[in-house]
Amino acid sequence: MKRFKSSTLLFVLSAVAVFAVIQILMSLGILNSFWNTILRLAGVMAIVSLGLNLIYGFNGQFSLGQFGFYAIGAYTAADITYRWTQLHNALGLTIILAVGLLVGVAILLVSRVVNKMHGLDTLSAFAMYLAGVLVAAFVAVRLGTLAATPVTALLASLPQNIALTIVFLIAVLLGGLIAAEVSFLFGLPIFTLGSDYFGIATLGFTIIIKVLLDNSDTMLGFEEMKGARGMIGIPKITTWFWVFFFLFFTIVVIRNLLNSSYGRAIVSIREDETAATSMGINVAYYKNITFVIGSLFAGLAGGLYAHINGFLHPNTFSFIKSFDPLIIVVFGGLGSITGTVAASFGWALVLEGVLRLILPEGFETWRFVVYPVLLLVMMLLKPQGLFGSFEIPFIRAVIPSLKKKDQAAEITSPKEAA
Amino acid sequence: MGANSSDNGKPLLELKQLCRHFGGLKAVHKVDLVLQEHALNGMIGPNGSGKTTIFNVITGIYDPTDGQVIFDGQNINGFAPFQINQMGIARTFQNIRLFPNLTVLDNVRIAYHNHAGYGMADAILRNSYYEKKERELTEKAQDFLEVFNLQDRQGEIAKNLPYGEQRRLEIARALASSPKVLLLDEPAAGMNPKEVATLMELIHFIRDKFNLTVLLIEHQMRVVMGICEHITVMDFGEVIARGSAREVQGNPRVVEAYLGLGAAELTKKFLKERKQ
Repeated sequence: MKRFKSSTLLFVLSAVAVFAVIQILMSLGILNSFWNTILRLAGVMAIVSLGLNLIYGFNGQFSLGQFGFYAIGAYTAADITYRWTQLHNALGLTIILAVGLLVGVAILLVSRVVNKMHGLDTLSAFAMYLAGVLVAAFVAVRLGTLAATPVTALLASLPQNIALTIVFLIAVLLGGLIAAEVSFLFGLPIFTLGSDYFGIATLGFTIIIKVLLDNSDTMLGFEEMKGARGMIGIPKITTWFWVFFFLFFTIVVIRNLLNSSYGRAIVSIREDETAATSMGINVAYYKNITFVIGSLFAGLAGGLYAHINGFLHPNTFSFIKSFDPLIIVVFGGLGSITGTVAASFGWALVLEGVLRLILPEGFETWRFVVYPVLLLVMMLLKPQGLFGSFEIPFIRAVIPSLKKKDQAAEITSPKEAA
Repeated sequence: MGANSSDNGKPLLELKQLCRHFGGLKAVHKVDLVLQEHALNGMIGPNGSGKTTIFNVITGIYDPTDGQVIFDGQNINGFAPFQINQMGIARTFQNIRLFPNLTVLDNVRIAYHNHAGYGMADAILRNSYYEKKERELTEKAQDFLEVFNLQDRQGEIAKNLPYGEQRRLEIARALASSPKVLLLDEPAAGMNPKEVATLMELIHFIRDKFNLTVLLIEHQMRVVMGICEHITVMDFGEVIARGSAREVQGNPRVVEAYLGLGAAELTKKFLKERKQ
């Protein structure tokens, strides 16, 4: 039992308990489908916000691009499952899988080359990456098309439910992967900008994505996405289990990352960039890797979101909406995982649930008045956010005990009494 | 220049005709400097004489306008600050730049990051390799804290430390990045004479213990006189004198730089009068 600390055990047990209680309440019908949907949306929003908290709260980079990556993840995953359920082929799956993998490999290979070249400016490096990615994507589309028929046959031979679940899971993961790769390419030139300008650039990114999605059927040629009319016919297969599973996964990954040397490097950039770079931290690299990880979670969440309502509309990803995760992160406490998760659930339950029920018929729109007022009051009372930088024991970094004296005896200060 | 040729060590860090101009302002102009291995060098000069700019050029925060910085036989111009740190040059800052909201221990552990030895995947999976390396890293960081007598403060938030301890922590953090050359920017600023004495003894100690070459900036002459083997005096971006403490002290240009034009004469007169 030495490997599992009591805080870990407590966290896992309580997570299982929370999941089980809500699952049972849902199965018994005590929580109707209205609350069921709200809980799933809250969980998805928690994953998006955790990604943003990593970027903004822990790495200190003000980003409004989170919903752009959320949208990429959503539409990527939706396209895969749509093709599988509606068109009965795995073409979307194989092409996007091939693109995701080959582009990833291309980025890794180019980064090897770029790291060896001293004094290469960012834009040239960006051009090299872009060239590598385009070549990889071109090859991948050919490969994916070739692989489509055998993969379709293979999946069709499986029982329908299992095949759909497999396609769904791969779709969600690919949503994350594609979002991460786009964020890598996008972040490369953009991180040469200072923090505020970076925020504006990411806002621009969200707007670009929204416009592209508005015209996805004409500009991009994805008929099934139907542009501004909204994409329908996506299977509604994101259950509470999957949302909870991915949320749990996200929390554990971010917690493990942050409590390691890499996490400390990430946080040091927020604290003082000049000091961090003077202490040997590759600031540009860690900014970009944090952005990629944050966007990965946005993409994952997008994949889950697409399969909740079975309907995607570009307006869901408008730049006004991209402030939602930002509000949640600031509200919950910048740099607090606990706060972000709590705020996501609080936000969804209050805004979509409680306020909708409390306000009289015909006054539902007033919730967008009540909710900002609530925010305002909270910010005045607790400007550091609901939880500040508080973390539950499982997430909190443990301060290690000092070594025994005899082990440390070899190092003696000249000023023992100083 | 051969200014420090009295030492037997080989030159570890060399500045050759180093210039850094900001528009028309010659913040650093044609500075030559040789740091012998294991030497303890001081750099003094009035405020605004270009000392910190030299540090910023050496550590890659500024690119030099002209001239070279040669470290261990390699020209390090154009490398990013983090690369220069990884090569073995660490620094502290004039106005302390800790990671203010992190613990004392984490401040030191961050500087040790490049020696962590485990990958990001190990960290996310929390495997036994991560556990082992992380423990080693932590113990190493605690060793550094112990040298500076900060081990009992390891869990405290850095910005809550008293001023003197923040200064010591900053040096500990610089040391944790395992440098060969340590650049200290006014380490004694804001300290009382007793604290200064303790600090100087500490700098001497770490120089020997970690086999460092030290260059420290001060504008109070008294501080460097005691411990530095070689002193370089700067004024208006140029080197105006160099040598041992005694040599520098008597140099009329140095006195004038500090006290103003004609001050050398006055000082001489004053000293003569006091003797009588």
